[in-house]
Amino acid sequence: MSQPLINWFKFASPASFYPLAGKLWPWFAALAAALTAAGLWISFFVAPTDFQQGEGYRIIFIHVPASWMSMFIYCVMAFWSAIGIGFNTRLSGMMSAALAPTGALFAFLSLWTGALWGKPMWGAWWVWDARLTSELILLFLYLGYIALTAAIDDPRRADKAGAIVSLVGVVNVPIIYFSVKWWNTLHQGASVSMTKAPTMAATMLWGMLLMALAFWMYSIAVALYRVRSIILERERHATWVAELPEMQR
Amino acid sequence: MNAFVAILRRDLLLAMRRKSEMLTALFFFMIVVSLFPLGIGPETALLRRIAPGVLWVAALLAAMLSLNRLFAADHQDGTLEQMALSPTPLTLLVGGKVLAHWLTAGLPLVLLAPVLGLQFDLSSRALGILMLSLLLGTPLLSLIGAIGAALTLGVRGGGVLLSLLVLPLYIPALIFGAGAVEADMAGLGAGGHLSLLGALLALAAFFAPWAATAALRITLE
Repeated sequence: MSQPLINWFKFASPASFYPLAGKLWPWFAALAAALTAAGLWISFFVAPTDFQQGEGYRIIFIHVPASWMSMFIYCVMAFWSAIGIGFNTRLSGMMSAALAPTGALFAFLSLWTGALWGKPMWGAWWVWDARLTSELILLFLYLGYIALTAAIDDPRRADKAGAIVSLVGVVNVPIIYFSVKWWNTLHQGASVSMTKAPTMAATMLWGMLLMALAFWMYSIAVALYRVRSIILERERHATWVAELPEMQR
Repeated sequence: MNAFVAILRRDLLLAMRRKSEMLTALFFFMIVVSLFPLGIGPETALLRRIAPGVLWVAALLAAMLSLNRLFAADHQDGTLEQMALSPTPLTLLVGGKVLAHWLTAGLPLVLLAPVLGLQFDLSSRALGILMLSLLLGTPLLSLIGAIGAALTLGVRGGGVLLSLLVLPLYIPALIFGAGAVEADMAGLGAGGHLSLLGALLALAAFFAPWAATAALRITLE
C-alpha cells in the first residue's frame, strides 16, 4: 500500500493531539477576544439605532450568533459521534463531550437573550413561536446528552452511548423543527414574525457576522481547552502523561 | 422469523403472568387524565378543547413509565446476553420485544382512550380520530422509547434519565397526534396529521430497532 500524502489519523491519538490542542487554543482565544472587541464596538457604537425597535434591538448581536452556534455545535457533536462510531477513535468521543457544555451554554444564552428581547418588542417574555420552542427542545437534547454521559462511569461506554444519543438527536432536529413550525401555524400563535425583519443596514450585518465569528473562535478555544482536561483526566495512568513537563512540577 | 414469533410469544406470556405491571400503567393513564378536569374545572367547552392534548400527554407519560421493563429483567438474569450471542440478528429480537411492549402497553391505551374521551365530552367522530391517532402514535412511542431504554440500561438513576432522553423525541408524535384531533374538530380534516404520523412511524420502524440494538451492544460489551 502506498503511503498517503497526509496521515489523517496522526492526531486521532490523544497523545499527539494533546500538545497540538495546547498550541492552538491560545490563538483561537486571542482571535475570539479581538473579534468580540471589534464586534461589540460595531454593535454598540457604530451600528445605527433602529427606527422601529430603538436601542433594544442591539441584543440581537448576541442573540442571533448564539442561536447559530447552538445549532452548529450540535451538528459538530453529531459529526464527531459518527466518526467515533465508524472508526472507533477515542478522541472523537472526548471531542463530543468537550463540545456539549458550550452548545448547551449557547442554547441557554439564546433563550435568555431572546426573552430579554421579546419583552420590549412583543410585550411578553415568552411566546410559543416555532423558533423559540425548537431552541428550547434543543437545550433539552443537550441536557439529555450531558446527563446520560455523566451517569455512566466507564468513559468509553459513556462516549458510545452519547454518540448514539447525539446521532438520534440530529436526525430528529429537523423533524422537531418542522413539526413545531406546523403546530404553530395551526394555532395562529405569535402575530409578530421574526422572518420578515426589516432589511438590515450593512453595519448591523457586519456587527452580527463579527460576533458570530467571535463566538465560533470562542467555541473552538474552549472546546480545545476542555478536551485537554478530559485527555489528562482519562489518560492519567499513561506514561506519556507522566512525562509531560507540566506534570514534572 | 421463527425467533421473532417466539420472542413475541414469550414476552406476551410474561406480561400476562405479571398483569399488575401492565394494569398499573393503565390506571396511571386514567388517573392523570381525570386529574385535569379537577384542576381546571368542569366547564364542558374548555374540557372539549383541551381533551386531545390531555389524553395524548397522559398516553405519552404512561407509555414512558412502562419502558423500564422493556429490557431490564432480561438484562438482570442474563437473557439479553444470550440473545446477543444467538445466531438470530439481535435487531429482529429487539423488534419482537418492541412489538410485545406495544401490545401490552400501547394498545390498551388506544382501547381505553375513547372511554376517557367521553369524560371530556368529545363527539364520537373526534373519538374515532383520537383512537386512530393513538393507534399510529403509540407504536412510535414504543419504538423511540426502546432506544432510550437500551441506553439507560443499568445506568445510575435510569428512570429519570430515560424521561429526559425520550420526552424531547416524543414531541413530534404529540404534536401530530393531538393536532389530528384538533384539526378535525376545527373542520380542517385530520388526513395531513395522520399521514405525517404514519410517515414518522415508518421511519422509526426502520431505524429505531437498529439504533436500540447498537445501544444494547454498548451496554453488553
